[in-house]
Amino acid sequence: MDDLLLEYLPILVFLGIALGLGIILLLAAAVIAIRNPDPEKVSAYECGFNAFDDARMKFDVRFYLVSILFIIFDLEIAFLFPWAVAFQDISMIGFWSMIVFLGVLTVGFAYEWKKGALEWE
Amino acid sequence: MGAAVFAFYLFALSTITGGLFTVLSRNPVHSVLWLILSFLSSAGLFILLGAEFVAMLMIIVYVGAVAVLFLFVVMMLDVDFASLKAEMAKYLPLGLLIVIVLLMELAMGLAVWVPSDGAKMVLGAPIPSDTHNTAALGLLIYDQYFLLFQLAGLILLVAMIGAIVLTLRHRKDVKRQDILTQIYRDPDEAISLKDVKPGQGL
Repeated sequence: MDDLLLEYLPILVFLGIALGLGIILLLAAAVIAIRNPDPEKVSAYECGFNAFDDARMKFDVRFYLVSILFIIFDLEIAFLFPWAVAFQDISMIGFWSMIVFLGVLTVGFAYEWKKGALEWE
Repeated sequence: MGAAVFAFYLFALSTITGGLFTVLSRNPVHSVLWLILSFLSSAGLFILLGAEFVAMLMIIVYVGAVAVLFLFVVMMLDVDFASLKAEMAKYLPLGLLIVIVLLMELAMGLAVWVPSDGAKMVLGAPIPSDTHNTAALGLLIYDQYFLLFQLAGLILLVAMIGAIVLTLRHRKDVKRQDILTQIYRDPDEAISLKDVKPGQGL
């Protein structure tokens, strides 16, 4: 248990350094940098134009479909990890249950391929 | 053990801070960023518990996929948050009522709460150091929890089909590639020679 935590100690140190560096950079910008704002400098800049309108607007629902399908396959991969790690010692039931699981999701994959959900138009 | 205790308080504090500012911050995009901080620090808490695999899943699935979807919705969706805020006063009494009901339920639940005998046994049993965390999960999920695992697969299937049925609309006015018909097209039909007389158009 302690060995496991010890392996993660470098990550904790790294987190501390990252946090410290971030704070130092922010503070340095606040303390050292010369600030001389005027309305033109602080206004939104859009390639030389004035900003056309708000960034929030209606957009194609197709983007959601892609990201939702991505999440589903992400979860499928998450289930594959422990199976692959324990593959040496896994029983026959364990092996075939994963094959059935993959089969079920392959049915879904075939469905979405057939419906053209993966195509962009 | 000092570092572990320090890390626990650090992650616990940042989880709570993240959750608090998710609710409190005015800008919804900032809310999602606080939510990501909360997810990351709860991943840290899972590592402190010895649940490495769950921690990594937390980062891959929640931060990598779910939070990105949230950001996507919040940044792109056309919702006027100012008008939503303005209507808050109207719904405040109802919200407070729900808060009171929830608090009472929590109090009733916690009052009669006693740890089961099994929990004491599990707490007493140390995690065997020779089995790897992920491998131990792998031996359990697919074998002992066969039915739940298959149900998870079916739920993913339903989610996939539901997302497609709800959102997929084929636009008729767009020309798309159909590779087979393009390959099988007969060149003789595609091109035709016309004998155009001088001085006349087609």
